[in-house]
Amino acid sequence: MAMTMTTMAATETASGPAGHVPPSKMEVSGLDVFYGANQALFDVDMNVAENRVSALIGPSGCGKSTFLRCLNRMNDIIEGCKVSGNVLLDGNDIYARELDVVQLRARVGMVFQKPNPFPKSIYDNVAYGPRIHGLAENAGELDEIVENSLRRAGLFEEVAERMSASGTSLSGGQQQRLCIARAIAISPEVILMDEPCSALDPIATAKVEELIDALKQDFTIAIVTHNMQQAARVSQYTAFFHLGKLVEFGETEAIFTNPEEKRTQDYITGRFG
Amino acid sequence: MTGAGWQVSKHSARRLKKRYRRERWLKALGVLAITVALGVLVLLLGSVIARGYPAFVKTEIALEVNFKAELIDPGQPGGGRYGRIIRNALFAAFPDVRERAERRRLLKLISRGARFELRRMVESDPELVGTVKKVWLTASSDVDMLTKGSLPRDVPQDERRLSDRQLTWLDSLDAAENVRTRFNWQFFFGSDSREPELAGIGGALAGSFWTLAITLILAFPLGVGAAIYLQEFAPKNRLTDFIEVNINNLAAVPSIVFGLLGLAIFIQLFELPRSTAIVGGLTLMLMTLPTIIIATRAALAAVPPSIREAAHGVGASPLQVVTHHVLPLAMPGIMTGTIIGMARALGETAPLLMIGMVAFIVDIPAAPFDSATALPVQIFLWADSPERGFTEKMSAAIIVLLAFLIIMNALAVYLRRRFEIRW
Repeated sequence: MAMTMTTMAATETASGPAGHVPPSKMEVSGLDVFYGANQALFDVDMNVAENRVSALIGPSGCGKSTFLRCLNRMNDIIEGCKVSGNVLLDGNDIYARELDVVQLRARVGMVFQKPNPFPKSIYDNVAYGPRIHGLAENAGELDEIVENSLRRAGLFEEVAERMSASGTSLSGGQQQRLCIARAIAISPEVILMDEPCSALDPIATAKVEELIDALKQDFTIAIVTHNMQQAARVSQYTAFFHLGKLVEFGETEAIFTNPEEKRTQDYITGRFG
Repeated sequence: MTGAGWQVSKHSARRLKKRYRRERWLKALGVLAITVALGVLVLLLGSVIARGYPAFVKTEIALEVNFKAELIDPGQPGGGRYGRIIRNALFAAFPDVRERAERRRLLKLISRGARFELRRMVESDPELVGTVKKVWLTASSDVDMLTKGSLPRDVPQDERRLSDRQLTWLDSLDAAENVRTRFNWQFFFGSDSREPELAGIGGALAGSFWTLAITLILAFPLGVGAAIYLQEFAPKNRLTDFIEVNINNLAAVPSIVFGLLGLAIFIQLFELPRSTAIVGGLTLMLMTLPTIIIATRAALAAVPPSIREAAHGVGASPLQVVTHHVLPLAMPGIMTGTIIGMARALGETAPLLMIGMVAFIVDIPAAPFDSATALPVQIFLWADSPERGFTEKMSAAIIVLLAFLIIMNALAVYLRRRFEIRW
């Protein structure tokens, strides 16, 4: 089962922002992605810092979502998608032949752009992951996991009285927090978020952002966003993608106040994109 | 662009009028098309029902029957001479009919199957032997149709099936209240017969039931399984493309070709018995499979990818993604496709002709290995019969077949509406 647990902690020498460097949870090097004949990512090197929020920004079609989906091999289910390069989780290649993709996705969870609760009850939405992975010994334990996950997603108070209502009956913001609860219910190590707030109103967005900030205590988070302010607010590291290339990567503060590349500056200040 | 723009000019008003006129034309044509279609449908149903509904009642004639002990051995009621008993009862009712030819005409008032009715009565109640009792017996087809008004009586004698004499006898029976019409249960529970007044669709219904049961049991799991594999698991390459094209082609192959295939494979190669529901079911299974596969694949493809991603995202294995999420969501579509496929199989005649389910079968099939016929084939057989009495039987059988088809299609619509999940 625990095929990757025995390895060393991530190396400290990984390239990253200057100053105090937190250990890298995931290390990506030389990543090329093709959709059929089209190359979507070109030679991307980037590390995802442990217990930090890393934001991926860039204009539409720049490859940031593709990059995110490489981190839990979600691209496997897309027809004609080819990935080459190295993606390490705790130092182990997640594209290695012997790695089990189902186990990988249990370690690297994902929240999608459009809230996608299962058309089942709120309870079953959260309980589904723990159930298929056998995380609860009995019904009481499962109840506990569901309640905890909903609490951490800041949704418990709102749905406590109607756990058997359909997940799809919630409002958009609630649905997205339900999806976050579903993702954290199986205690992943990394959570990938693909524009989690793009379908939400500002109030719901603020709630999800608060949530992301709180979750980084326990999880490593990578988030794709189109919202510059959001990237600045929630992330500690920011990567700017353009035309399938990683243009600049560093501490969020540095990227937003003093970018090294002119393209980064132009994008952040709204001159293109 | 200043002042009153082109929007209010005369030219644009004319154009607008023209556009509306086109719209009115299209609407009128649509209404016309629907009216014609509905009219034809009403005509079809109307004529079938008008011709078929008399078959749901049948005429009976009452006779004083003397169950003479010398004609029936009480120990062996099956061997009684019931034809003789009926003859005696009729001659007793009309003592003045003496001539041989006339007496034969008199006998034609009662169905030839009436003796079996008497035998069944005595078999279930041996106490009857030696008694005299008034018994209602099935009238012959000619009498039956005349009483129900399906045959005219005010035409010259040589254009009628019954002679003037026969009519007089019938009228005298009627006057003594010895003629009645009753709901024809035998039509639903009896099997085929050479006598129209005795023929029923019970045997054909049982045959259709066994045939469709075999078709469903085999085609549903095979079809759904094949569709799940092709849609969710199979690699996309030349081979699977080829298979897909061929499945689509198979759905369009004329059904009689499937009948020939069934004849060649199931009867000649596997040597299964001819004319049986098992062969019919297997043959219709071949025909229904492509329909079910195509419907299932469409239903699976209609499940939004976001649900698959969500399931993959929490670490469900590919099989769990399908069985826990995709398949339940696709089920209404699969059921609808299956029911429509089954409805098509129910109405199918040609392939069953090829495998010999067209024989005249008097026994109601009790198992898939019994000789059987099916409802549409029964209709075909009756349509082919020269006797006038079978025309109304045929129309009545069509009514029953249409009723089943309507029920099945309504069920498909209901399932689709009831279990459809909206996002």
